[in-house]
Amino acid sequence: MTHHVLDMPIDEAQVRALRINDTATLRQTLFGIRDATQIHLFDRGRRTAMDLKGHAVIHTAPNVRKVERSTEHPAGYAPICIGTTTSDRMERFTQPLMEREGVRLIIGKGGLRDGSSQAFAQLGGAYLAIVGGTAALETTWIERIEEVDLDDLNPESLWRFSIRDFGPLLVAMDSHGGSLYRTVQADNAARRAEVLASLGVKA
Amino acid sequence: MNIDLLAVEEAAKMLYIRALKMLPPDIKDGLGRLQQAETGATAQSILGTMVRNIAVAEETDNLLCQDTGIPIYNITIGRDVQVDGFELQQAIRRGCARATREHPLRSSVVHPLTRRNEHTSCGIGVPVIHIGFDETPETLTLEMIPKGSGSENGSFLRMAIPAEGVDAIKTFVIDCVLAAGGKTCPPTIVGVGLGGTSDLVVALAKRAATRALGSRCADPDGAALEAELSQAVNRLGVGPQGLGGDATAFAVQVELAATHITMNPIAVNMQCHSARRARATFAPAGLSYGF
Repeated sequence: MTHHVLDMPIDEAQVRALRINDTATLRQTLFGIRDATQIHLFDRGRRTAMDLKGHAVIHTAPNVRKVERSTEHPAGYAPICIGTTTSDRMERFTQPLMEREGVRLIIGKGGLRDGSSQAFAQLGGAYLAIVGGTAALETTWIERIEEVDLDDLNPESLWRFSIRDFGPLLVAMDSHGGSLYRTVQADNAARRAEVLASLGVKA
Repeated sequence: MNIDLLAVEEAAKMLYIRALKMLPPDIKDGLGRLQQAETGATAQSILGTMVRNIAVAEETDNLLCQDTGIPIYNITIGRDVQVDGFELQQAIRRGCARATREHPLRSSVVHPLTRRNEHTSCGIGVPVIHIGFDETPETLTLEMIPKGSGSENGSFLRMAIPAEGVDAIKTFVIDCVLAAGGKTCPPTIVGVGLGGTSDLVVALAKRAATRALGSRCADPDGAALEAELSQAVNRLGVGPQGLGGDATAFAVQVELAATHITMNPIAVNMQCHSARRARATFAPAGLSYGF
């Protein structure tokens, strides 16, 4: 188990060095993306001028306060509370996010499915698990909201954050076909019969 | 006792913010118990992060979770309380919108077809307001629950039949916990509704999922089932965040109602580990806040 400190953006070799059960801390830049953001980007043909190549996205829709633009708040938003949401709903966007936008890392909770595992293997990507429901802590890892796009979708806009030591995060799906979720789910399914028997349920 | 509706509006606002920032003591204690029992290393680390987050939220006066949820207000009106029911609902709505604008909070509420967000946490039929009555003299209580979507998406209904018996109930609960996996932000409170009609059974599951930890189903058979299923789900190995471990659920909690001779309805609704709720009580002595 290795701990990786990653200055974003990263290249393919860096993402391929990540293995499940490793941990990673991200620095510099992180993008925020969500259901509506990706529905508009990939189903409705909208584009963004933001360059996501080699970057990490977190499945998020933050709590923000609208403020005057300043050096401290270049996008006109002050962060209040920034955390993560359940990734599974956004499963089908992993491939286009990597193929079209060049994203290397997805941060979220609850994991993604086999389609994402295949995209990570083919294109060089990984899924980093953050602890869901711990946004107060994660907000302390965010420095500023640097830029916002597709803001008609607010709070599901495309956000660019500057970050300080964002992590440690757990490498839960890697580019070598490894997925902690798949392993755990197989283990859980194997226990089902025994648990039902202990409850007196007839097979 | 006459109810001051301006005070209700203010309480509805305060409750939303308070619920988002402060976890009830029973949930904090529950996390402590799960930490003590947990044997998995990854699971221990995740539970530790959850406990640390509660402290950070309190120190920084911030929201525990980014998800402001669907706002739910459960109102209980005691005896000898004079209040205009329609105006009471309007006051709660105004308080909910004010919390969203004035804090500000992320409005997580959209129209189901247009997906338009009014940025008030309000919309058609939202906040969800339930009004009930009890015999407590001169008391009005407002319970506020910001219901997070990760766990709310883990909601299930099965209209089983009598021939399937209690086995169907146990199997359904186990399979729902497995299907939810890490998506509902475990450890969860697994709320189980039994009996009634299709709409009532889902409402019962929600009531069960949002009850305080340590409370028991009033029906003795329901309480026995709670104890049995609480043990069982933590042998499935789902663990915190679905990454494996013992701590899959704080508890399985059951609420039930009588049902039809031909029916055996089962509903499951889950509450995430950030099991937020806040309570305001209006009484002749004044207004008090709790959980």
